[in-house]
Amino acid sequence: MFATRSKTGPLTYALLVVVLLASVFPLYYSFLIASKDNSALGDAVPSLVPGGNLFENLTRVFDTVDFWLAMQNSLVVAGTVAISNVVLGTLAGFAFARLRFRGGNALFLVVVGTSMVPTQLGVIPLYMLMSDLDWYGTLQAVIVPALIGAFSVFWMRQACEESVPHELIEAARMDGCSVLRTFWHVAFPAVRPQAAVMGMFTFMTAWNDFFWPLIVLDPNDSPTVQVALSTLASGYYTDYSLMLSGASLAVLPVVGIFLLLARQIVGGIMQGAVKG
Amino acid sequence: MSWRDKLGRLDTKYTPYVIIAPFFVVFGVFGLYPLLHTAWVSLHDWQLIDGDQGFVGLANYTALLADPNFWNALGNTISLFLLSTVPQLFAALGLAALLDRGLRGRAFWRAGVLLPNVISVAAVALVFAQLFGRDFGIVNALLGVVGIDPVDWRAQTWASHLAISSMVVWRWTGYNALIYLAAMQSVPKDLYESAMLDGASRRRVFWSITVPSIRPTILFTVIVSTIGGMQLFVEPQLFDPGGTATGTGGDDRQFQTLVMYLYEKGFRLFDAGYSSAVAWVLFMVVLVVAVVNFTVARRIASKG
Repeated sequence: MFATRSKTGPLTYALLVVVLLASVFPLYYSFLIASKDNSALGDAVPSLVPGGNLFENLTRVFDTVDFWLAMQNSLVVAGTVAISNVVLGTLAGFAFARLRFRGGNALFLVVVGTSMVPTQLGVIPLYMLMSDLDWYGTLQAVIVPALIGAFSVFWMRQACEESVPHELIEAARMDGCSVLRTFWHVAFPAVRPQAAVMGMFTFMTAWNDFFWPLIVLDPNDSPTVQVALSTLASGYYTDYSLMLSGASLAVLPVVGIFLLLARQIVGGIMQGAVKG
Repeated sequence: MSWRDKLGRLDTKYTPYVIIAPFFVVFGVFGLYPLLHTAWVSLHDWQLIDGDQGFVGLANYTALLADPNFWNALGNTISLFLLSTVPQLFAALGLAALLDRGLRGRAFWRAGVLLPNVISVAAVALVFAQLFGRDFGIVNALLGVVGIDPVDWRAQTWASHLAISSMVVWRWTGYNALIYLAAMQSVPKDLYESAMLDGASRRRVFWSITVPSIRPTILFTVIVSTIGGMQLFVEPQLFDPGGTATGTGGDDRQFQTLVMYLYEKGFRLFDAGYSSAVAWVLFMVVLVVAVVNFTVARRIASKG
C-alpha cells in the first residue's frame, strides 16, 4: 500500500470491527438459540450468554428428521459434484488454454455465454425430464445437472493459462505422449492448487443449494441437509431452538472449510473479478 | 505413416473435442433444453402430473396479465429487488474503500466480510426469521430499548420487505466489496498522486477517480445482482415459517415473489403451463430491468 491512499486511522478499524461483528452476529445468534430451551426465548431482552440445552436440542433435531441421512446425502452430492467439476473442468480448461483445435475460441465464448442463461427458470421441464428418467427423489437428479459448470471451465482455463508452460506441453508431445497423458503428468500437477480451491468452492455451492433439491427430492424421504432444514421450519408451532440447532449443524462443514481456506477463497474471488 | 503416427494424429485432432464435450452435453440437456421447452409448455394447458392437455396458444399469458396475484408478485419482486440491491451495492462500495486503505491483517478483514456469503441461504433465512420474530425477536427487543413498539415483521408489506432485504444485503455486501476492492487495486496509482497534489479531498478523489475507474466492475455487479435479485426465492419462502407448505409468502401474499409464484403454481397446484408462462415473463422482466439498470448505472458511474 502506498502512503497517500493509506491514512488508516482508528476510525477505519472501528468501522471494520462493526462490519465484522455484523457479519458474525447472526451466526453466533444461531448457536446461541441452539443452546437454549424455547422458554428462554421469551425473555424481554435476550441474553447473549449460551444456555445449557445444546445437546438436548441437537438430539431433538435427530429425532425429528433423519439428519444423519440428510448430512450423508449432502456429503455424497457435494463430494461427487466437487470431484467431477475438478476433473471435467480441468480437462476442458486445459483444452481451451493449451490445445489447438478448430473452433476452440468460439466454443469457449459459448461456455462463457451460457453463464448468462437463467437455468433456474427451466425448472418445470427439468422436473418433467427427471420424472421421465425416473429420477425423482434420487440423488442423481441433483448431482448430474451439476457435474460440470461454466464457472469451473472458465476458472481452470485461467489456471492453465497462468501455470502450465507451453514449452512443457510441447516437450511432452514431442516425446510421444498422448493428449491425456500430457494432461495427467504435466498440466494437472501444475494447476493442482487452483483445482483444490475450485473443488472446495463447488463443494460449498452444492452443499448450500436449496431450490432445485427442494423441488426434485422428497422432503420426507431422503433430502439434502438444506431441504431437511426447511422441514424443521415448517411445523405448526415455530420451534426456534430446533430450527436453529439444525441450521447451526448444517453450516458447520462450510464454515470449517472456509476458515481453513479463507485466504485462497478470498484471493480467488478478487482474482475472478472483472478488472476496472 | 506408421499406425502409431496415425493414432497420434487422431489423438491431437479429436481428443480436445472429447474432453470439452461433457460441459456441452450437461448444459444442453439440463440447462438449455429445459429453458426452451419452458416456452413450449407455456403455450399449452399442461398439468404437471397428467401431462399435456392441448395447445392453448397465448391463453396462459392473457390469463397471467389479468391475474392480480401475478401483479402482486411482480410488485413485491421489484420492491424487494430495489430494497436489497441498491443499499447493498452502495454499502459494498464504501466497504471496499475502507478495505482499500493500508490495513494490518488484510486477509483477516477480507475473510471476515466474505463469511456471510458462504452460509447457505436456507440457514440464513431461518436465523433472520428468528431475529425478526414478532414476540421474541431481537430486532423488536432492540427497538423496544429505544421506545419503538414491536413490529409484526411478517404481517405488513413494507416491514416484511425490509426484513427480507436485510438478509440479502447481509449475505452479499461483503462479496461485492471484494469484487470492487480487486478493481480498485488495479487503478493506476499516479492518478491518485496527482489528485492529492492538487489538494483534492479523500471524498472527492473517491467519487471523481476511484468510482469512474472501476466502472466496468460496477456495471458487472449491477447486472449480476439484478439477475439474482429478480429471482429471490429462498429468503422470502423460509421467512414465512409455514412457507414451504404453501409458498404464498404470508397470509395476503405480502412478500410472495415471482419465483415463489412460479413454484406455487407449478409444484403446489401442478399447473405447469401457467407456471412456465410465469417463468418466461419473469425472464423478460429480468432482461428489461437489467438493461434499465445497466443504463442508469452507466450514467451514475460516469458522472463525478
